[in-house]
Amino acid sequence: MSISFKVNNEQRTLDVDPDTPLLWVLRDDLRLTGTKFGCGIAQCGACTVHVNGQPRRACVTPVSTLDGASVTTIEGLEGPQADAVREAWAEYDTPQCGYCQSGQIMTAAALLSRNPKPSDEDIDKALAGNICKCATYVRIRKAVKSAGEKLGG
Amino acid sequence: MTVMEAPAPSRRAFLAGAGGLVIAVALPVKSRGQSGEERIFGGGDASNIKYAPNAFVRISPDNTVTILIKHIEFGQGPFTGLATLVADEMDADWSQIRAEHAPANAELYGNIMFGGMQGTGGSTAMAASFDVMRKAGAAAKAMLVAAAAESWGVPASEISVSKGVLSHSSGKSGSFGEFAEAAAAQEAPAEPTLKTPDQWIYIGKDVPKLDTGMKSTGEAQFTLDIYREGMLTVVVAHPVKFGATVASFDDKAAREVPGVVDVKKISSGVAIYAKNTFAALKARKALKVEWDESAAETRSTDEIAAERRDAVKSRGAVAGENGTVDDSAFADAANSIEAEYIFPYLVHAPMEPLDAVVERKEDGGVEVWMGSQIQTMDKATIAEACNVEPEKVTLNTVLAGGSFGRRAQSDAHFAREAAEVFMAAGGETPVKLMWTREDDIQGGYYRPLMVHRMRGAVNDAGDIAAWEHVIAGQSFVANSPFEGMLQGGVDATMVEGASETPYALPNYNTSAHIINNPVTTLWWRSVGHTHTGYAVETFIDELLEKAGKDPVEGRLALMTAPKHQRLANVLKRVNAMAGGMEAPEGRARGVAAVESFRSYVAEIAEVSMEDGLPRVHKVWCAVDCGIPVNPEIIKAQMEGGIGYGLSAILFNELTLDEGGAVTQSNFHDYRSLRISEMPDVEVEIIASNEPPTGVGEPGLPPIGPAVANAVRRLSGATPRNLPMIKSLQA
Repeated sequence: MSISFKVNNEQRTLDVDPDTPLLWVLRDDLRLTGTKFGCGIAQCGACTVHVNGQPRRACVTPVSTLDGASVTTIEGLEGPQADAVREAWAEYDTPQCGYCQSGQIMTAAALLSRNPKPSDEDIDKALAGNICKCATYVRIRKAVKSAGEKLGG
Repeated sequence: MTVMEAPAPSRRAFLAGAGGLVIAVALPVKSRGQSGEERIFGGGDASNIKYAPNAFVRISPDNTVTILIKHIEFGQGPFTGLATLVADEMDADWSQIRAEHAPANAELYGNIMFGGMQGTGGSTAMAASFDVMRKAGAAAKAMLVAAAAESWGVPASEISVSKGVLSHSSGKSGSFGEFAEAAAAQEAPAEPTLKTPDQWIYIGKDVPKLDTGMKSTGEAQFTLDIYREGMLTVVVAHPVKFGATVASFDDKAAREVPGVVDVKKISSGVAIYAKNTFAALKARKALKVEWDESAAETRSTDEIAAERRDAVKSRGAVAGENGTVDDSAFADAANSIEAEYIFPYLVHAPMEPLDAVVERKEDGGVEVWMGSQIQTMDKATIAEACNVEPEKVTLNTVLAGGSFGRRAQSDAHFAREAAEVFMAAGGETPVKLMWTREDDIQGGYYRPLMVHRMRGAVNDAGDIAAWEHVIAGQSFVANSPFEGMLQGGVDATMVEGASETPYALPNYNTSAHIINNPVTTLWWRSVGHTHTGYAVETFIDELLEKAGKDPVEGRLALMTAPKHQRLANVLKRVNAMAGGMEAPEGRARGVAAVESFRSYVAEIAEVSMEDGLPRVHKVWCAVDCGIPVNPEIIKAQMEGGIGYGLSAILFNELTLDEGGAVTQSNFHDYRSLRISEMPDVEVEIIASNEPPTGVGEPGLPPIGPAVANAVRRLSGATPRNLPMIKSLQA
């Protein structure tokens, strides 16, 4: 089945099994490997991407549902929220192993797009779907807050 | 010390790949005697290894300085930490520093605390590298200076180095890159002079971590991200019961899945080869396997626990004792406590499940990419399983998405499965073996299920008159290449932290029973301290309460031996940080202090009860790990150890149903701590001139007992049947 959608602002037309989760299309077919596999059942958030600007778990999103959609991965994440998040990530040296961090950053950037000044509670709520086994949570919380403060001016 | 001008053939690829000129400094390093936990990995006697040469520094004409890191980076910070040591001695500019994994070559990159075997674990990376890496940096700097002196015709002593620039009072100056080639021709100093601590520019100060940037853009390459030309993705159908083997299988439906290329039986299950991941996963679901369960574990975890609960009723092999401990000591005491603790199987569950890529090399050897934690074992295993000489195996250590002990496999089972998968399909087509989360949760190598029984007696004077501690569980050291760890029937990894406590106990007896079964087990972040720290620190807290003593002052009064003063000091420090043990209304504080891996950590947790479960609001942590090389990494490791430990102590247990099948399968039923459950953490590092020790594990052991001691103050009882969600909500 041929499916056409945008990935990081580039039009892609692919002939794949329509049931294939977006995660494996991104990785195996498009070699965008920044989006990670962690659980396959939308429990850990390592595969978080943006579909039409909203965070989505790529591991449970059949590619057939994306015809005409616009997908953004960590490789294509840009704009003021993305810059603020990455700057704050560096400020707190947030990542440890780093494997979940693409998903954390995608979720954090989406949060800041709709809520530029999140409270600790807002951050906890928005990011509760992203597991970090290294438990870098203290730094994630501080970094998102700091990014929000910078965005808020 | 020699400069490698003519690399041996096996090293050529590595050096040629450097893309420039190389100063490969080979340093003779006298090994240290082994002690304590080093024996866990050591196996042999390290004193036999007189010199362990190491090659660590690479300077390119583009002025970058690449440090080869002999320890795997999976979050604990060796890239930044070890590079800090070299950059400091070189007086390099931090912006020119790069880090990459060293090749798998035990001769060059062996861990002096593992008897020369190349590997990471036991929180040894910094301790085993502090002298070696500084010497490598100092030698490289001396060679650069000598090259500049020769070129400028001035005495070397007149050249100064600052931020990667060599300069002379005549006005001449040059970068490291400009002198890389000439420096490589210089004689390396036999015993380079190291800086004194007052001269350090990076050690003890914070430098930006080298891997933060690439881990914020998706650029960091993990094993799962490696794609080779013509590579097939492989998943393996594993048995659902431990010790079961393949009896027969029907792969008709699996082979019909588009993209599936092959199906093969291997020793650990049935492997499916496909052109893409989704096809492999789909086919695995369609595969039908009959398992031979004649040698399998068919008991439930309740039954396994019952066997151990029975065993701890009597003493096992003695692990530590002092004075006399008999039944009358407890019967006659003013106050006595008897307690049984059950610690469940725990899964490491690193974010990146196990994976490896294997392909054939042009010279007939094999090349492997994986998050190898004990390269020496993995490499030897791959060589054997692929039937090639070990010299023909190129093992590339890749960034890994966490480990917590999971990748440090004493039996190299994953390297073996990857090699078998590669060979079973003909040994020519490149393969990527990947485990799913289900493979990870159900695949064994767990923290063993342990049962402890403790008895304590407090006399009229309020002193602890007797202490008895019996431990029963599996030994992952028994029947492994690390069997040398067993002494007198006692596995040190089972009793560390219990065979000797920091407390002056005139009468104590600690013993252990080893009871093995087919469920595979392995070290899990902080190893024996995961359960001994909990048992000892909750039990002492209760006994002190019985004796009417303060938990902090009472502990300090018993930490009398000189060797426990660093632990006493962190306990005092954390108490000062928290402003004592008083908590606001509705909350309680608990404290614990544990020495592990020669680092000293004390923590105070402030807890309330919400819906029958502890909510941990705040944790204060004081750590003494010797010279704090990278303070922010130390703090991050304390935070991470606390979060990882909290997840286990609150929520985690891996159970086997009646019949022996694993109950849990993924993060929906093997719960992980989430950001909303993470307490605020405040860490202080004790200033020290002692040699640095590890931080990857020591933050973990105190958190469980600190929370449990707070829970006891709130609910009246110590949770002893773990995880807490089980004993508190039951």
